[in-house]
Amino acid sequence: MSTPIDYLLHLADNAVVLGQRNAEWCGHGPILEEDMALANVSLDLIGQARLLYQRAAELMGGDATEDKLAYFRGPHEFRNYTLLELPHHGALVGYAAADRDYATTIVRNFLYSALMVHVWDGLQQSADPALAAIAAKSLKETSYHLHHSRDWLVRMGDGTEESHARAQAAVNHLMPYTEEFWTTSPAEGAAVAAKVAIDVWALRPAWDALVNDALAEATLTRPNFHGYITEGKIGLHSEHLSYLLGEMQGLARAHPGATW
Amino acid sequence: MSSVVDKVWATLEPLTDPEIPVVTLRELGILRDVRETPTGLEVVITPTYSGCPAMGQIEDDVRASLEQAGIEARVITQLAPAWTTDWMSDEAKEKLRAYGIAPPHRTCGSGAGAGEVSVLKFVRRQPTEPVACPQCGSTHTVVTSEFGSTACKALYKCLDCQEPFDYFKPY
Repeated sequence: MSTPIDYLLHLADNAVVLGQRNAEWCGHGPILEEDMALANVSLDLIGQARLLYQRAAELMGGDATEDKLAYFRGPHEFRNYTLLELPHHGALVGYAAADRDYATTIVRNFLYSALMVHVWDGLQQSADPALAAIAAKSLKETSYHLHHSRDWLVRMGDGTEESHARAQAAVNHLMPYTEEFWTTSPAEGAAVAAKVAIDVWALRPAWDALVNDALAEATLTRPNFHGYITEGKIGLHSEHLSYLLGEMQGLARAHPGATW
Repeated sequence: MSSVVDKVWATLEPLTDPEIPVVTLRELGILRDVRETPTGLEVVITPTYSGCPAMGQIEDDVRASLEQAGIEARVITQLAPAWTTDWMSDEAKEKLRAYGIAPPHRTCGSGAGAGEVSVLKFVRRQPTEPVACPQCGSTHTVVTSEFGSTACKALYKCLDCQEPFDYFKPY
């Protein structure tokens, strides 16, 4: 049995990119409790990414380390879903920026957590015992992330006119990006064949049920999908990932091997 | 159990959690095992949460204590089985309560909602048991935030004595 390293990197990159995005709220949260909550969620995600990068580095051998994988790969080498690298606001032209929108943050965390509880649950039976152990730990954490984001989704959707409109706009903006979950990348295909991963397609009914149930409770509607399916997990990203990595990797690249 | 293994347990016994200094690493279930192997002594620890920032400090504390006692042992971090608050002794839970942190209820199996067959098994229902205020004992409490001062705690408020408090999440 060999564990496809690209698959571990896909899982790790998902966690580190969303962890970095959510950490942008640190010190800027809409209320103090949410500032702490988002920082806690980021810590969990970065912790998961570390375990996965450590496992990947172990399998790669040579001089591979978790830090090299996180800080010294370029945007085209990252295997995360495009959904996770998007800024905390709706679509604008090119790399134009706007104020962070908490509805976007919550909807994204919800859509991703709703997928990952099922992925981690299935990976507990992975043929790679190290990945199975990481999955068992991550499942507990992700259950809390799901609970937190679902709670806020309902509060915003079924809240004021303003919060409802913003939550609906975030759902409309982000839902198309979830189509990427259901296409099989070469790395995922290889991992399924090696019994290291589970077929994500099989998780779709459970994800749909979870998402539809929450949207209904939040009085939000699910948009119909049509159009382009993003391909972040094979390394084809939006313009936003480079900026995110620039910030995340800058220090490590300017001062290689620095400690404090 | 050999005397050298006993000595390691005794040496590490005083070590407490850096964030919650009233409970020891053994009581929290972070210090899992001390064993003799053909290649030397091993001390096994397990992280609470993947990203818990205290883990680095805990590992350093373990190493420093061993070194001070003149014991040569490797410190091994082990992920499986995943840490659970069910490993916490009743004695440790009582210490938490006295310190002002509501101790965790027991979880039912591994992972939230384990054992449920519904497609919505990961949507957590309200806890079946009420969380009691560690100050006045009232169960008339509400959750303020799912995430408290550290990853392992949620923020609650007592509606009787009005005190905010941390609840150690069942995990």
